[in-house]
Amino acid sequence: MTALLRSRYAVGIGFLVAAVLLFAVAPALLTTFRLGLLGKYLCYAMVAVGIGLAWGRGGMLTLGQGVFFGIGAYLMAMHLKLADAGPGGVPDFMALISSDGVPGWWEPFRSGAVTIVAILVLPTLLATLLGLATFRRRVRGAYFAILSQALAAAFAILLIGNPTATGGSTGLNNFKGFFGFSLRDPANRQMLYFIAAGVLLLMVFVAWRLMVSRFGELLVACRDAEERVRFLGYDPATIKTVAFAVAGMMAGIGGALFVPIVGIISPNDVGVVPSIGLLIGVAIGGRTTLAGPVLGAIAVAWAETTLSEQFPSGWTYAQGLLFMLVVAFLPGGLASLVSWRRRRSDTADPTAGADPEPAPAEVLAPAEGRTT
Amino acid sequence: MNKDYLELSGLTVSFDGFVAVDGVDLTVLQGDLRFLIGPNGAGKTTLIDAVSGLVSATGRAEFAGEDLLGRKVHQIARRGVGRTFQTATVFEELSVLQNLDIAAGAGRSPWTLLRKRSGVPEAVTEAMETVGLADLRDTKAGILAHGQKQWLEIGMLLVQDARLLMLDEPVAGMSAEEKDETGRLLRRICVDRTVVVVEHDMDFMRSFAKSVTVLHAGKVLSEGTVAEVQADPKVQEVYLGPGQHSAEEAAIVLGEGV
Repeated sequence: MTALLRSRYAVGIGFLVAAVLLFAVAPALLTTFRLGLLGKYLCYAMVAVGIGLAWGRGGMLTLGQGVFFGIGAYLMAMHLKLADAGPGGVPDFMALISSDGVPGWWEPFRSGAVTIVAILVLPTLLATLLGLATFRRRVRGAYFAILSQALAAAFAILLIGNPTATGGSTGLNNFKGFFGFSLRDPANRQMLYFIAAGVLLLMVFVAWRLMVSRFGELLVACRDAEERVRFLGYDPATIKTVAFAVAGMMAGIGGALFVPIVGIISPNDVGVVPSIGLLIGVAIGGRTTLAGPVLGAIAVAWAETTLSEQFPSGWTYAQGLLFMLVVAFLPGGLASLVSWRRRRSDTADPTAGADPEPAPAEVLAPAEGRTT
Repeated sequence: MNKDYLELSGLTVSFDGFVAVDGVDLTVLQGDLRFLIGPNGAGKTTLIDAVSGLVSATGRAEFAGEDLLGRKVHQIARRGVGRTFQTATVFEELSVLQNLDIAAGAGRSPWTLLRKRSGVPEAVTEAMETVGLADLRDTKAGILAHGQKQWLEIGMLLVQDARLLMLDEPVAGMSAEEKDETGRLLRRICVDRTVVVVEHDMDFMRSFAKSVTVLHAGKVLSEGTVAEVQADPKVQEVYLGPGQHSAEEAAIVLGEGV
């Protein structure tokens, strides 16, 4: 009971501290430029929350979250380009390389409402279909990882191959406004950061509720013994698909907010390498925990920027080394250091936890309706 | 008569031409505690794999009047068929309570699933007491002793409301006291259920079986009470080799009372 209270407190305090840091401390200390960078990291962290759910809790090693991130991002970018061009107008890059005008499938995204709905629905829908198709066929482990990675590669190739519609390898950039607000105005840029911070906190909250729900327990059960779950009368494919769809949705939202904050989206941001980059943050932070993926993703993105400023080509090596060290020596990520310390202090407390291996006779003694 | 009984007719399982279960006819009534014995490779585990939907089979496997063959594993499970495996498979990262709660919840609505557990379902409390794990409800299943994991699995079958229980070597690796306790547990729960146990442990079988089926090379070799099966010359031949055998020889392998 004390442990339960303590953990409940811990989550509440964690949210409070995060809110103070994100909404008060960071804007006060950071320049507009640095705050924008932090906003970008928060977008990565949104993807990381989803990966934590799908991989950490559900055991689905997804190397292709860039696809969902990219769909959300490109949808938002298309809308911003169309809005910049004005009613009936043609976005600047299209006018430069072709005279065919705006492709028909771009047209619906002139509407902001349609775009927002599409950002929420399309990545989720794609993840659902993909989940049902693969998990029903019991594709899992490394096979699922390779499949998702191939999808990310195919998605990037598709984007590069259609320069008139997607901007090709340059991607979409040079956005002027965001739903009527000028992106040149620092106040609006700060507002975007606040939106990202709020959305991220909301996502972490959703992930937390899912983790402590019965669904969350079932998801862990699927991760550890999928066959057993099936023999209890559940279809694990459905359970995993739900988690994967939520992860896809979170990645899509992260992508959509990435576009106005960073000001560019290109195949380089959504392909295989960035998809793995997102995963590394989660692994380093601790994939099975609530805060681990978020903190890991932010820390890795921050380290990438800082190191790249000092040693332009050094980051790739540092990233690889970090990943190897964590996988080899700290499979639970940095978060396992915290829980390891907590366990140590628990063993000093004689009231915490039950004797793991009591004598059989002791166990078999009829329990007199004792419910602690 | 109660309809909750298992009836196999002409059940056949073959893997690439190798026939593992060969036209087995078998009826197990409610309240029975049927032991399936036989030498290695006799097809015991394959038989329960077929009934639980893990491998495909031909023939018929009816429980409670419904044919189970051709259905998916989780659909068969929802029809009240539960099983365990040779190695205890519990959700190691979850507590005893969580393990049992999951087992109890196959019919839960999505809305219930998305919320936190507000109380302990009655069936879960009952099962924890039946299998003697009530004091360990918040212990992670991964750190339970071997025997306790097996009891937890049986508890999971109980809360799952399985009316046909198929247990694959439930006492392998248990101490003598644990075996006795498991046997008494099986005797208690078989009263209003149909229980099939695959077992190599002859002492355990003799102490607790209500009836026995001996499988050999995928076929039913003998069936009856423990004493009848032990006295069957065909069974002695399979276990001891062809020819006449003294009572002493038979007793060594098949136990006292031959």
